Amino acid sequence: MLVSIYRYNPETDDKPAMQDIEVEIPAGKDLMVLDVLALAKEKDPSVAYRRSCREGVCGSDGMNINGTNGLACITPISEAVKPGQKLVLRPLPGLPVIRDLVVDLAIFYKQFEKVKPFLINDEPAPAIERLQSPEDRAKLDGLYECILCACCSTNCPSFWWNPDKFIGPAGLLQAYRFLADSRDTAAAERLADLDDPFSVFRCRGIMNCVAVCPKGLNPTRAIGHIRSMLISQGT
Amino acid sequence: MVTSVTNLSRSGLSDWIIQRVSAVLLAAYTLCILGNLLMNPDLDYQSWRALFDSNVMRVFSLITLAALCAHAWIGMWIVSTDYMTSLQFGKAATFIRLIFQVGIVLIVAVYLIWGIQIFWGN
Repeated sequence: MLVSIYRYNPETDDKPAMQDIEVEIPAGKDLMVLDVLALAKEKDPSVAYRRSCREGVCGSDGMNINGTNGLACITPISEAVKPGQKLVLRPLPGLPVIRDLVVDLAIFYKQFEKVKPFLINDEPAPAIERLQSPEDRAKLDGLYECILCACCSTNCPSFWWNPDKFIGPAGLLQAYRFLADSRDTAAAERLADLDDPFSVFRCRGIMNCVAVCPKGLNPTRAIGHIRSMLISQGT
Repeated sequence: MVTSVTNLSRSGLSDWIIQRVSAVLLAAYTLCILGNLLMNPDLDYQSWRALFDSNVMRVFSLITLAALCAHAWIGMWIVSTDYMTSLQFGKAATFIRLIFQVGIVLIVAVYLIWGIQIFWGN
């Protein structure tokens, strides 16, 4: 199988280039893209990419696989490539490339930080723990599972155009995760911080985020909920 | 919170609501005019003039014109902040964007005043 990999070292290269590497896939096996990448790295050890858990939990190996963002470790090549096509691997779009498939996620984390992704509760702490009803806990399902792989935000044109101002789907999913938490008491302040033309409202609802989320989450729905909360507070 | 001072209402939520309500108003006005044209196939200047001389139509037209101006301001402001950033224009981006935004606001103001003159003038 032919694998085409984006190669770029900003310190030595003038511009990025695609490198084709021929990889032998064991007969009858449907490897994950990450395994194919490891085979390619055996041929050319200078290929750089991030990986860690190799089972879709750590979110390190988010990359653009044949035009679609995804986690290399849980994307089988049968799903990523049509028969006869080559596997094309590029870094997550819209972020500065550090080297090859490794991108600088600083601005992505900065947006995540902006939504204060931690529980705020100014009431005195109870002796043991803050209890939550099973119904209230259920509201966090579909929100807390995000692994911050950045596949969604880097697939969002609004995030490409304004990565410094638009929080992006990943950050907004986490914003709603704490807005929806019955134990959090800072909803009004959180909403006030989001009521500008960029942070939330740059989302145009094209649902690219939903299409690529490797965990099957729905940031567009969470953004809709934030909008509804802003409307009920502001009207 | 991102500070912005050249969008219509300063607030993201308010801009968003104005954009949606004005879109509904524009759709309603379009349907009203289209319906009128369909129901009067042999339309002449007198009946067209009579339609716009009625107070209901003058108020509806003026509200729609205001909605159109607000819609255009919000929409073009969003276009300018998406496509006229330092990513596309480098250091000159702020200057280009501000000139574009001021230009849009001026054009919107001219159309608004001109429209009022047409609908409510003699």
